[in-house]
Amino acid sequence: MTARPLFSIEHAGLELDGVTVLAGIDAEIAAHRIVVIAGASGSGKSSLLRLCNRLEALTSGTIRLDGDDIGSLDVRALRRRVGMVFQRPTPFPGTVRENLVVADPGLDDDGASTLLTSVGLDASFLERDALTLSGGEAQRMCTARSLATRPEVVLMDEPTSSLDDDHARGLEELARQLVGDGVSIVWVTHDRAQIERIADDVIRLEHGRVVAP
Amino acid sequence: MNSSIGFGGLAVSLLLVLVAVAISMTRRLGLERSIVWACGRALVQLLAVGAALDLVIDPKRPLVWSWLWVVAMIGFAAVTTARRAAEVPGALGLSLLAYVVASGIALAVILGFGVFPTNGRTIVPLAGMIVGNSLSATVLVGRRIVAEFADKRLEIEARLALGLSNAAAAAPYLRDAVRTALIPQIETTKATGIVFLPGAMVGLILAGVEPLDAVKVQAAVMFLILGSVATTTSVIAVGLSQRLFTADGRVVRVSRTT
Repeated sequence: MTARPLFSIEHAGLELDGVTVLAGIDAEIAAHRIVVIAGASGSGKSSLLRLCNRLEALTSGTIRLDGDDIGSLDVRALRRRVGMVFQRPTPFPGTVRENLVVADPGLDDDGASTLLTSVGLDASFLERDALTLSGGEAQRMCTARSLATRPEVVLMDEPTSSLDDDHARGLEELARQLVGDGVSIVWVTHDRAQIERIADDVIRLEHGRVVAP
Repeated sequence: MNSSIGFGGLAVSLLLVLVAVAISMTRRLGLERSIVWACGRALVQLLAVGAALDLVIDPKRPLVWSWLWVVAMIGFAAVTTARRAAEVPGALGLSLLAYVVASGIALAVILGFGVFPTNGRTIVPLAGMIVGNSLSATVLVGRRIVAEFADKRLEIEARLALGLSNAAAAAPYLRDAVRTALIPQIETTKATGIVFLPGAMVGLILAGVEPLDAVKVQAAVMFLILGSVATTTSVIAVGLSQRLFTADGRVVRVSRTT
């Protein structure tokens, strides 16, 4: 890896309800790249992603963001720096505009339109009911919503798992475009073909441990 | 008008129970035993409560007995509410707090400003109205919030992931839960006098009180109940939602038990 590390993961461990989900994870996630966390279902890849924005709490070890222990950072400020797109689209009730305003209450029409354009949706979507969007549209809207906080990195947790091939490819292209715009991407998937298409770096997990890619 | 009925009159009123039993038998509903058991149990419970109330509200007895009765009612209601939100840590303490706050505020207003005199005959029934009416609403709001956090965990986490505070992430779900719990009480309040005549007012009129005086008492009781239900549901909703997050902004795992 030649790029500077964005996240440094040192001996990270996670237990949930007494079950070891991750153990002794050491890894570096480079900035301005698409870093794929790969592994079979249940290997702990989504949990590792959730540790990076503290939706889960480390049981042991440390995760650093730009050298700072994320456990010492204000959690709300951390989450605005580290956006997240979930496996299933999570539109909130209301219009697309209202969804974007949840992330940035000061967002004006131009800002909202720019955000939508950046994810391949046009401004006419602003007044659409977010709950009536198709899966692909909803996932793009959720990506736009997470970009509204101007994050340095976006964590994408199997974001194409509920999308058809066309929409999945569209989201992959969007991730590449975001990297071009200076946003780092950490992308979780178990899809080998997708890894081939998008990964700049791969961290492979098996049974909660890092293995050779 | 003679406002009391004898045991003979009570026995006659049981004829109406026989009507219900007859309908159940002819329609083969299979509810005869349940109807008889429910009526018998209610009668025994009411007679026992009546006898106990006779002792407690006797003007010669110290008021402390009335307050002890109120404490027992609050304890029972808090345990009932907490059982319905058993997945939430500290639900019993929270329920106790909700009922104590609601009863404290309501009784302080209604007795402190002399709307009713402070004696056993007012303290126990008024507290009963407050706690009894709040009970169903608090159980409803508690169940609804636990269900929302179990079913919409991902949506709540999506809000947290945008950097929202715990309170802001929970706000839409609290609003829905409190609205759901309060709307029946608001609708009941709106329909009073048009769709139905409330029990307290009917009781007073049957006891020979002038209708206008009965209305004034009923209105005071109704506002007391509405205020209490709003207070308990709000305390339960805010308190439960706080307990469903960790201090560092993670959602506590809960599962629906119903």
